[in-house]
Amino acid sequence: MKALRDYLSKQKPKFQKGGKFGAFQSTFNGFESFLYVPNHTTKSGSHLRDAIDLKRTMSIVVLALVPALLFGMYNVGYQHFLSLGQLANESIFSLFFYGFVKVLPIIIVSYVVGLAIEFFAAQKRGHEINEGYLVTGMLIPMVMPVEAPLWMVAVVTAFAVIFGKEVFGGTGMNIWNPALIARAAFFFSYPTKISGDSVWIADKADAFSGATPLATAATGSFDKLPDLATMFYGFIPGSIGETSTLAILLGAVILLVTGIASWRIMASVFAGGLAMGLLFNACAPEQAMTAAQHYMNLPAINHLVMGGFAFGAVFMATDPVTSSQTRSGKYIYGFLIGVLAVLIRVLNPAYPEGMMLAILFMNTFAPLVDHFVVQSNIKRRLKRAKVNA
Amino acid sequence: MSAKEPLFSANNRKLVTGPLSKNNPIMVQVLGICSALAVTAKLEPAIVMALSVTAVVAFANVIISLLRNTIPSRIRIIVQLVVVAGLVIVVDQVLKAFAYDVSKQLSVFVGLIITNCIIMGRLEAFALGNTPWRSFLDGIGNGLGYGIILVAVAFFRELLGAGTLFGYKVIPQCFYDAGYSDSGLMVLSPMALITLGVIIWVHRARNKDLIEEN
Repeated sequence: MKALRDYLSKQKPKFQKGGKFGAFQSTFNGFESFLYVPNHTTKSGSHLRDAIDLKRTMSIVVLALVPALLFGMYNVGYQHFLSLGQLANESIFSLFFYGFVKVLPIIIVSYVVGLAIEFFAAQKRGHEINEGYLVTGMLIPMVMPVEAPLWMVAVVTAFAVIFGKEVFGGTGMNIWNPALIARAAFFFSYPTKISGDSVWIADKADAFSGATPLATAATGSFDKLPDLATMFYGFIPGSIGETSTLAILLGAVILLVTGIASWRIMASVFAGGLAMGLLFNACAPEQAMTAAQHYMNLPAINHLVMGGFAFGAVFMATDPVTSSQTRSGKYIYGFLIGVLAVLIRVLNPAYPEGMMLAILFMNTFAPLVDHFVVQSNIKRRLKRAKVNA
Repeated sequence: MSAKEPLFSANNRKLVTGPLSKNNPIMVQVLGICSALAVTAKLEPAIVMALSVTAVVAFANVIISLLRNTIPSRIRIIVQLVVVAGLVIVVDQVLKAFAYDVSKQLSVFVGLIITNCIIMGRLEAFALGNTPWRSFLDGIGNGLGYGIILVAVAFFRELLGAGTLFGYKVIPQCFYDAGYSDSGLMVLSPMALITLGVIIWVHRARNKDLIEEN
């Protein structure tokens, strides 16, 4: 470790302004602060700083993603061998290893493309490179189908980083969650590669139905749905990281204990989804005529464990940059995400998964929610002031 | 302006070339965006639209310029609308007669040329205060300035969205065999907005004097 530190210190002057590689100052600083805690001291203003900085926040989020990612890799192998009917012959490690080999290239592509653009943009602007992309780069592969062609992942990642993030000014300035922008771009650009029955299972046997539970439910054939426990544990086809509600809840615990994510948002997303599901159950007609009317009968609790609902609620909706900032705003924002996600799922046959669109939609309206919360607070306090005077 | 000024003096040439870049109605004045987003999914309707708008704005400019000393200023907007509406109907009928398929594709947007901000803008800002010939050149310049942006946006959208140009496949089949696929997103209007944004971005990066202070 000391050798590395010494090496970096020796190279540092070359990357300062006027040095041999002065143009690459941000790149060098990025790597240095990635490896070592920077030894900056405050020069003016408040000198007391909390130890939790962007780097630590992002590292904890990545840590929280690990259970879902590891399970996702295992599930890729599990679904593959299940479809071939060879599950009994394979050990748990070979299942995991198969998934690891399938998923790793997607992760590498996401990081290489995204970081290259981030580094270039930071260099060009003379900004410091920050850790914001570490989480986005991990989220993007986790919301992709395992069979996503790598060049498409590269294209949508580039699109998301440039038009979802850099044009707004980089980390902390974006309006929408960049990982969801990537998925939305994928969904609208190459719909055949991210929907249907054949993209969710790696090298699926032709005879095996690879429909996700959401797609099955959308056709109204509830008897073909896996049971609740299977869906909760995550042994179902789906995007790489989204299937296991259990693994996602493990990540949620990490986020909540460390105080990184807002429990208000998480809880209200689940509450909103449940409320909308129950509302549909209550007003579903006796004699269901259409597929949507069938879908309304789906038990509300199923919505929470199917598809990307839990993943979106825990990792996407809670993104501190794009969510509401005020306390009551967070309840409204989260609740509406849950409501909209289930609404889109049930009533719009074109979009089997409503979570992505619901979160992007509420990202757009988060500042408006905040505005009204702040305004109503001002009005309430003004009224009180007048009464007392 | 002296009466002896030649038809294509430097001053008059500038009326045509100015709107192509530094004073472009779409890139700089940000007018006429709605139709630029709506008709640019394919090159053919984009070009027809550009020509229609050029014709309407040029002749409306001439007519209003001829009438400019007789129009009472309180009702000038109504007079301008009548002139533009008449010209749009002519264009619409011509398209229906000679280019029926394209006119079908453009559907309501031909009629909506009446509401195109560029046309009212040029009539108000230029034709009411200039001679017919200069107004005509100004109309041609602004129409073409609108047109090149339309064609540029449509070029990228058709190429990346459908793999064709003017309906002819230009991306070779071997690309598709190798796993390439057209981006459905490019066909949707949001990408027209983003393509337009990128064009404005590039244009401002090359013309630093257009960048606003903030």
